[in-house]
Amino acid sequence: MQLIECPWCGPREEVEFHYGGQAHVPYPDAPAEVSDEEWAHYVFFRDNTKGRFAERWCHSAGCRRWFNAVRDTTTYRFERVQRLDDPEPHATEPARARRSTAS
Amino acid sequence: MAELLGTHPLEAWSTALERLPDTVGITVEPFVAMAVVRLGAVGAAASEALGADLPTMPNTWAQHGTGRAVWLGPDEWLLSSTTETPEELEGRIRAAVLPLGGSATDVSAQRIGLRLTGARLRDVLAKGCSIDLHPRVFGRGSSAQTLLGQAGVVLLALSGAGDDFVVLVRSSFAGYLADWLLDAALEFTPTHDS
Ligand SMILES: [Zn+2]
Repeated sequence: MQLIECPWCGPREEVEFHYGGQAHVPYPDAPAEVSDEEWAHYVFFRDNTKGRFAERWCHSAGCRRWFNAVRDTTTYRFERVQRLDDPEPHATEPARARRSTAS
Repeated sequence: MAELLGTHPLEAWSTALERLPDTVGITVEPFVAMAVVRLGAVGAAASEALGADLPTMPNTWAQHGTGRAVWLGPDEWLLSSTTETPEELEGRIRAAVLPLGGSATDVSAQRIGLRLTGARLRDVLAKGCSIDLHPRVFGRGSSAQTLLGQAGVVLLALSGAGDDFVVLVRSSFAGYLADWLLDAALEFTPTHDS
């Protein structure tokens, strides 16, 4: 079984973790002004990257903390994990800002 | 109102546990008061209010008065006491951490403890837990919240020789875990007289 490194607890079996989807999805700056379509993009639309992908994971059977990880979606190899309070810059650029269907 | 039964969740397993050899000893720990503490700022003020330091290293536990303080997360601990009632423990801890912005919740009924002792115990645990429990890595004072079989447990190392552990398991999973442990210990258990 693959071991995933929790930034707090260290390497643990992957069944102890829950997947939390894409990381760094920006909350709308002016939530009152976005259209339904833009909300739908914020809530439901995610990148489907082949290769390095910034994700959120939760060590749900252990310390129950959320953390960020960069994982290669083709090899399933974790490149790095990062605590949410880590002062270092995020491992990858934030997800593309709200995509506009107008463009 | 239904009558409350004063039985331990593992009462029905006591005979099977007693039959185990000393190399894979499993005994039910006595009931103790337990409380979960949430506290963001650990430091001198918290230590003074509680009368002891909270362990800040992940995967560790420390003696705390008559009981233990187990690291559960960067702002979360499990405190136990063998001399206080659940109400006394919760009240004392709450009074200590409330001024610091923390909270305390009685969780005495949540988990029960099993004491695992013996030279082959690590072999038993290894069947359902990928954590390296060798005393070089998991010595006295180590702890882990993890899965043992399919059950979420808190595992504490009591000895530096790797032959003495406490496993805390939620009461509703205790029967499952006892069955799992008895099954895992089967190869170290004499099944017939020879
Ligand atoms: Zn963890």
